[in-house]
Amino acid sequence: MNKSVFLGAVTVAGLAAGAAAAATIDDVKARGKLNCGVTTGLVGFAAPDANGEWNGFDVAVCRAVAAAVLGDPTAVEFVPTTGKTRFTALASGEIDMLARNTTWTFSRDVDLKFEFTGINYYDGQGFMVPKGLGVSSAKELDGATVCIQTGTTTELNLADFFRKNNISYEPVPIETNAEAQQQYLAGACDAYTTDASGLAATRATFETPADHVILPEIISKEPLGPLVRHGDSEWGDVVRWTLNALIAAEELGVTSANIDEMAAGTNSPEVNRLLGTEGTLGEMLGVDKDWAVRAIKAGGNYGEIFARNIGEETPIGLARGLNAQWTDGGLLYAPPFR
Amino acid sequence: MSDMHQHSIRFVRETMLPQAAPPVAERGIVKWMRENLFSNLANSILTLLALLAVYYLAVETLPWMLNGIWDAPSIRACREILDGNVGGCFAVLTDRWNQLLFGFKYPSEEYWRPSLAFLLLFAAAAPVMFFKYLPGKLLIFTAIYPFLAYWLIWGGPFLAPVVALLGFVAGYVVWNRFVTSSFAAGFFGAIAAAAVTWWLGGVIVDAVAPENSLLPSVPSRDMGGFMLNMILGVVCVSLSIPFGIALALGRQSSMPIIKWICVIFIEFVRGVPLITLLFVANVVLAYFLPPGATFDLIIRVIIMITAFASAYIAEVIRGGLAALPRGQYEAADSLGLDYPQAMRLIILPQALKISIPGIVNVAVGLFKDTTLVSVISMFDLVGMIRGPILASTDWNGVYWELFGFAALLFFVVCYGISQYSQWLERELTTDHR
Amino acid sequence: MTTLTDPPKEQFRLSMLLNDTRYRSYTFQFIALLLVIALIAYLGSNLMQNLRAAGLNISYQFLGEPSGYDINQRPIPYDSQSTHMRASIVGVLNTLIVAFLACLTATVIGVIAGVLRLSNNWLVRKLMAVYVEAFRNVPVLIWILIIFTIMTATLPAPRAFRGDDPEASMLFGAVAFTNRGVYLPKPLLEPMGWVVLGIFVLSIFGAIWYRRYATKLLYDTGRLLPMGWPTVAILILPAVLSYFILGQPIALEYPELGGFNFSGGVQVLGSLIALWFALAIYTGAFIAENVRAGIQAVSRGQTEAAASLGLRPRRIMNLVVLPQALRIIIPPLISQYLNITKNSSLAIAVGYMDITGTLGGITLNQTGRAIEAVLLLMLFYLTISLIISAVMNFYNNAVRLKER
Repeated sequence: MNKSVFLGAVTVAGLAAGAAAAATIDDVKARGKLNCGVTTGLVGFAAPDANGEWNGFDVAVCRAVAAAVLGDPTAVEFVPTTGKTRFTALASGEIDMLARNTTWTFSRDVDLKFEFTGINYYDGQGFMVPKGLGVSSAKELDGATVCIQTGTTTELNLADFFRKNNISYEPVPIETNAEAQQQYLAGACDAYTTDASGLAATRATFETPADHVILPEIISKEPLGPLVRHGDSEWGDVVRWTLNALIAAEELGVTSANIDEMAAGTNSPEVNRLLGTEGTLGEMLGVDKDWAVRAIKAGGNYGEIFARNIGEETPIGLARGLNAQWTDGGLLYAPPFR
Repeated sequence: MSDMHQHSIRFVRETMLPQAAPPVAERGIVKWMRENLFSNLANSILTLLALLAVYYLAVETLPWMLNGIWDAPSIRACREILDGNVGGCFAVLTDRWNQLLFGFKYPSEEYWRPSLAFLLLFAAAAPVMFFKYLPGKLLIFTAIYPFLAYWLIWGGPFLAPVVALLGFVAGYVVWNRFVTSSFAAGFFGAIAAAAVTWWLGGVIVDAVAPENSLLPSVPSRDMGGFMLNMILGVVCVSLSIPFGIALALGRQSSMPIIKWICVIFIEFVRGVPLITLLFVANVVLAYFLPPGATFDLIIRVIIMITAFASAYIAEVIRGGLAALPRGQYEAADSLGLDYPQAMRLIILPQALKISIPGIVNVAVGLFKDTTLVSVISMFDLVGMIRGPILASTDWNGVYWELFGFAALLFFVVCYGISQYSQWLERELTTDHR
Repeated sequence: MTTLTDPPKEQFRLSMLLNDTRYRSYTFQFIALLLVIALIAYLGSNLMQNLRAAGLNISYQFLGEPSGYDINQRPIPYDSQSTHMRASIVGVLNTLIVAFLACLTATVIGVIAGVLRLSNNWLVRKLMAVYVEAFRNVPVLIWILIIFTIMTATLPAPRAFRGDDPEASMLFGAVAFTNRGVYLPKPLLEPMGWVVLGIFVLSIFGAIWYRRYATKLLYDTGRLLPMGWPTVAILILPAVLSYFILGQPIALEYPELGGFNFSGGVQVLGSLIALWFALAIYTGAFIAENVRAGIQAVSRGQTEAAASLGLRPRRIMNLVVLPQALRIIIPPLISQYLNITKNSSLAIAVGYMDITGTLGGITLNQTGRAIEAVLLLMLFYLTISLIISAVMNFYNNAVRLKER
């Protein structure tokens, strides 16, 4: 680190005259690192393991982007953000992109001036209750105490749901997922609500996951995806098409196992364009032609990332559901690479 | 005549009686207990109640502590070993020891660096803390320490802290040279000299610094655990003392504008909770920085906590200034000293001496308040516990051991400092009575 | 004839701005003012630039929009359709509630612990020292989290009260301690109940008047009227009599287990209790030290002089030591109250919906209006602390030793 923090601080006056914000992609390349905002810890999506390595589904998106732009999937600086700090961190340029289970909503897109670059997980808010409670539907939760993790759209959905069904409840807002678990397991709340994927992830960490059920009602649409600042479309394109490349790779059968082979050239023109052996898609995007190869190599295609982090083989055990390829009846549908 | 006496008195004791032991109730442990524990009815009841409380506390916690498991990979394994018995899962401490102390991102092969910096802290603090007993020359190490510690903890090119140090040295030399003629010349000359040195040094460091330096650099984002509490506490307290002195002098100043600037700053900062200032550091400050320039969160937090601490220290020092007898000010005036001289040579040395216990109190309070950074997603000791450790599958549900450990760690440090402060207070009493 | 001439008027030279003490202060102030203005202008222009670059603006319109979230402790009517403004007011009230309760409890704990620290009972003295040191030297955030964990992990869940052979039962059949909070009976007032309440309020005034009268009589004539039992009698008798005469118009509504939770009665939220007790016990340790220092600061001569006048120990404490000690105790006590109010912002750690939880928490999250929300938050705390400072200054002036 040449420009040490200290010298940076003492020569701040000199820095102050710095030019107006340059294009994010140039900043990232100059820095040699991608600053990626993630959650402070949600197993399966983004959580540091015992060695301090970040792992998870959202983390894989950051790594793919870093691989595409910088050629190194480890050149990512993970910035943990809370529900409160994530938007400021992005708006102020502290992070280049935010991959933190963030729901794409109108006001975030339009009013807060962010650009959602796609959807990497179609989620919905659900409820988890202890089996012993004998509840089989969220509509039976009249008068229940419900734990919510604050700083999400969850509170609003919850209020809407109970108002719509004209039943009462008592919210218990909790700051971190770990504390919400503590409250829920101690019986301080009857139900825990958050995104269904988060519920599954949380349940997976319980001692006896089988004692808890996730209720069938999904009370909201939660399209989660990475987002970038408004007004820098070039950078937005990089993130958008990296995500699309991961999705398209699964559809086209490109995996981390066969990618070297396929990158040598295949007879499928779309695969060739994606992997840079045909056409100049990479240059159009402002990176080189192997960008997608590197992005896919970083953690595999969408299906591989899903299976490794949150799929049915993992303790979290999420089925593909809505997140299957459109060819399998899901909603994942990458625009064509041409 | 002489033997009259013998006859008239039948018995004369010529030797002292051997001392009889005092009655049982008036000696040893019984006496002590009578006087201190059972002197009257109310007291006896209080004693019994207190004994009961101690007994219950012991019954509740002792088996838990003595039965503790110190070696297990996860809470489930721990519960299996305990097999239904009461006992603590202290294994979480051994398992996550490094994470608790250094956070989860500090490179593990570099742990010796912050540890060494921590040990050296004692060596650096000793000449200040025990200035009466240690030679003043040792203060040189104290002056070097911040730069050494910075280099040890953050790593990076060795020249960077050296240049920073040289800047201060240059400033000091210029100051020494000119301050005798005029305070202003010394002050501004020192600032100019330091700035020039830093600028030159910055250019040189960038030019010659080797890519792979002796100590690999660690970004500030990777600081965590108790180390982060220590860094924030030590850095902010040391930075806030000079600012606090300036603010206190400003508030006592006869110049209305300067006085009001200081008053507004102090009262504003003291009027809001630290947590709102941390929100500012976290979510608002970025908007006030020039476009494109971003500081690490840790630097922004240091700025806000320093501002916070300066206001409190300023109030303590103002108390010290106000406590000085007017005669001291008048004596300085009658010697013909100008304002900077009077402050430097007469007023501040005395006022600071009076304020030391207060400053130490502020420092302890501030050190405790560094735990609040866990609320803004920084992984200090409490943040590590509430975040990664409690959220992990292995240790989900181990509260008492972790919070107990955190409380103990803070208790040891803060109690130590406050005991030192009391000792110093006795040491510094220079009553003329 | 000599004429007195004025000394020649000194020509104003530019260098005098720096070298002449008369003008130098103006120079410094001018420079300081310029620097402050420049700093504000610099920060302001950065803000403008950043906001323009991000396409944002500063606007308080969000305060008038529906908040969309629910709050579990509502001192005033509020639902998810109420505005963000109303949510903030609920937060303000919740802050004041927890601060008030904690101040009261901390004072009681602090005074008891402070007096006991001077007890002549060795064991009690040491125990109190342990309490004070243990709580003063550990961050309040850790205490809040510990007490919150004690609340949730050791108290039974409501479902433990269920069934024919419940694991937990209600205290006196009226109070339920659960990990969601404490459920207390709620008084139900019939119209006549208000009369009883009115009589009780009147008897409070009556008791105060009686005590004044007794003191005046003591000073004027030296006659000593009993103070203790008449006060109690005036307080209780009329209210109790009227309660029975009017046909027991006040009933209690007991909490009952129904559905998921207890219903009926008054619920005191677990998060409120955790925050309240943590703040009270933590600050109590500081107040104990203030009380001890205050009592010790009254010089022994005062006690001895009072004793030589023939006063009994209780009267020495009440008439001589305490009035002097209070003068020393109260200013730091008030600043401890200020600390409690500021520390109550840690409610965010246990999910208690105070102003930091509503305006600085969910409202900020949902609207993304960080600058506006944080600014309002700071203004609120600033107002509170300025009010408390004003009270303190007023008190200090009132009790200052009138030196003659």
